[in-house]
Amino acid sequence: MGFRTTPLLLRIVAVAGALLLSGAALLLIGASPVDAFGLILSGAFGSPSRLAYVITAWVPVLLCSAGLLVTFAAGLWNIGIEGQVVMGAVFATGAIQALQNTLPPASVLLLAALAGLLGGALWGVFVGTLRFYGNVSEIFGGLGLNFIAGSLTVYLVLGPWKRPGIGSTSGTQPFPPSLWLPAFKGFHVSPVEILLGLGAIAAIAVILRGTRFGLQLKAVGKNQRSAFLMGIPIERRMLLAFGLCGGLAGLAGWVLIVGTSARHNLFPLISSGYGFLAILVVLLADLNALWSVPISFFFAAIAMGSLQLPLQRQLDSSLGGVIQGMLVLFVLITQGLQSRFIRQERR
Amino acid sequence: MDLSVLLASVLAASPPILFAVLGETVTEKAGVINLSLDGSLLLTAMAAFIVALETGSVVAGFVAGMIIGAFAALIIAFLSLTLHRPQVATGFVLTLVCRDLAYVLGNSYSHVPGPQVPHTPIPWLGTIPVVGPILFNQNLIVYLSLVTIVAAWAYVYKTQPGLKLQGLGERPAAAFVRGVQVTVMRYVYTVVGGALVGLGGASFSLMVKPGWARPYGIEGTGWIALAIVIFGGWKPIRGAMGAYFFVALQTAVNILQSALPNVPTQLFATLPFPLMILTLLLVTIGNAEWMGQALDRLPEDTRRIVVGALKTLKTSPPAALGAPFKKE
Repeated sequence: MGFRTTPLLLRIVAVAGALLLSGAALLLIGASPVDAFGLILSGAFGSPSRLAYVITAWVPVLLCSAGLLVTFAAGLWNIGIEGQVVMGAVFATGAIQALQNTLPPASVLLLAALAGLLGGALWGVFVGTLRFYGNVSEIFGGLGLNFIAGSLTVYLVLGPWKRPGIGSTSGTQPFPPSLWLPAFKGFHVSPVEILLGLGAIAAIAVILRGTRFGLQLKAVGKNQRSAFLMGIPIERRMLLAFGLCGGLAGLAGWVLIVGTSARHNLFPLISSGYGFLAILVVLLADLNALWSVPISFFFAAIAMGSLQLPLQRQLDSSLGGVIQGMLVLFVLITQGLQSRFIRQERR
Repeated sequence: MDLSVLLASVLAASPPILFAVLGETVTEKAGVINLSLDGSLLLTAMAAFIVALETGSVVAGFVAGMIIGAFAALIIAFLSLTLHRPQVATGFVLTLVCRDLAYVLGNSYSHVPGPQVPHTPIPWLGTIPVVGPILFNQNLIVYLSLVTIVAAWAYVYKTQPGLKLQGLGERPAAAFVRGVQVTVMRYVYTVVGGALVGLGGASFSLMVKPGWARPYGIEGTGWIALAIVIFGGWKPIRGAMGAYFFVALQTAVNILQSALPNVPTQLFATLPFPLMILTLLLVTIGNAEWMGQALDRLPEDTRRIVVGALKTLKTSPPAALGAPFKKE
């Protein structure tokens, strides 16, 4: 494009716009924006243990972003990712409950990870099947399956998997510490999680850029008709994309039950909105794998930091979501302004 | 339970989803998808309740809901029609922003009692046997919702501007050649549709479920409304029937719930969603290629019945739905 300063300038404008409008919302309810933003920052980075929380929240977002890079490349809107995270957690919990008394902890964790992968992948392929064999848009199919996965956890937590004696929505019986991912001493973060998250993004970047499957997928996303004429089996590629994305989301579900910041049990709403958060991340990153890494970290920090708002002030933690969403909206606006007006003038 | 009481309660609970379906139908008829419904219903419900509470005027609450719904739709219109950003992306992000904004702004108004729409039976008509208590022993919003269904149908199919509206979504290029200002009119219908959605949100918080809370309990309704627009084949009356059918099922589920106290309540709350997938499957599966092949293998008379049923159910979107319009 040549005009390299313009996008940067517009990006700054977008960040400023998002902060200004979120701040305006705070002023409207009589809260101090500076105080609230400060709380989010200190909530995310104020102490080593808070930073550790941010890092462990970052991993599921990274995994989901990696998966979404695949579905977005194929031009698919995998809104069902939340349900895929949940099903990953459900399958992983099932595997742990079935195996924890018979196998050594390391094998249980590994098999649970595979189970989570499978659960997420199945739920993803379910969305794809509805789309390709039932003509149901993946947006509605995925959304419906999110709610179904959610109520399945409620059923399991209150029914067959309830804690001995008390069945409550707080979740299943927590797993023993031997089934928690090992963390660094003094810094509550597991190297396994970080390697998994970053490895997933790297692997997906390589797959999309350098393999036949990745290129075919992008061709499908760019122009289905010419992809069809090139002889690419479109439906199978798209189902595979859903399966791959679901599998990575399922791994995120596994991290959410065995990871260092986890409650180490299955509970309703276990996906914590990380799947939707990853949709925002990938949109903001313009479907670029490398950019997804810092953006997902930044978004995880906002999400974790804003948990301090209801604890320390009478504010709702959704403020983090407002900032994140506004940011994406503003980037959409600035990108639109740029392509509609600035580029045209230069012609 | 008395059937007429049951029907009256369905009618009383339907305005939110009905207005949302009608608003989105109008918007999509013009060729624009406003995917932000789920968030904008929450935001307008919250805003309508707070404004009505602070001003002491229910009317002001409804006006506020409509203005905010229209404004959310204006953002969609600006991003998609002027800036050519993808409508799905814009709508999805906006739905999340509106939802979170509703929770942030409404936080201090949770579980506060407030005003609601007064009951206003119509004097003479209410005494008609059977129909009277169902239709005319309601409040103004319910009457308005009935009028809106008829008005939307008449406008789309029986007036000159309505025909142009259909053209906007079906063949915008042809409409443009005939002198219709495509982009301007799409703006207008998107904003009008958004205002109707806002009316729906306001009827939640000022009538069906008075007040505000997090979670409010209507999360997901916007997505259902979007699905009902598809089920309704982008037709106001069929869409309205879909909305009534949905509310009737919800009412039935509520009755079932009190009959089965041992089943967790959250499970009942999810029932609409598998149902949504199933109904969408019914109206879209007729378009699938393998379905045609499978049907060919059926015996002739069975085949004819199945094909006929699928054809009745099948709906197709406006041809230019979601596609940007460029003059070149």
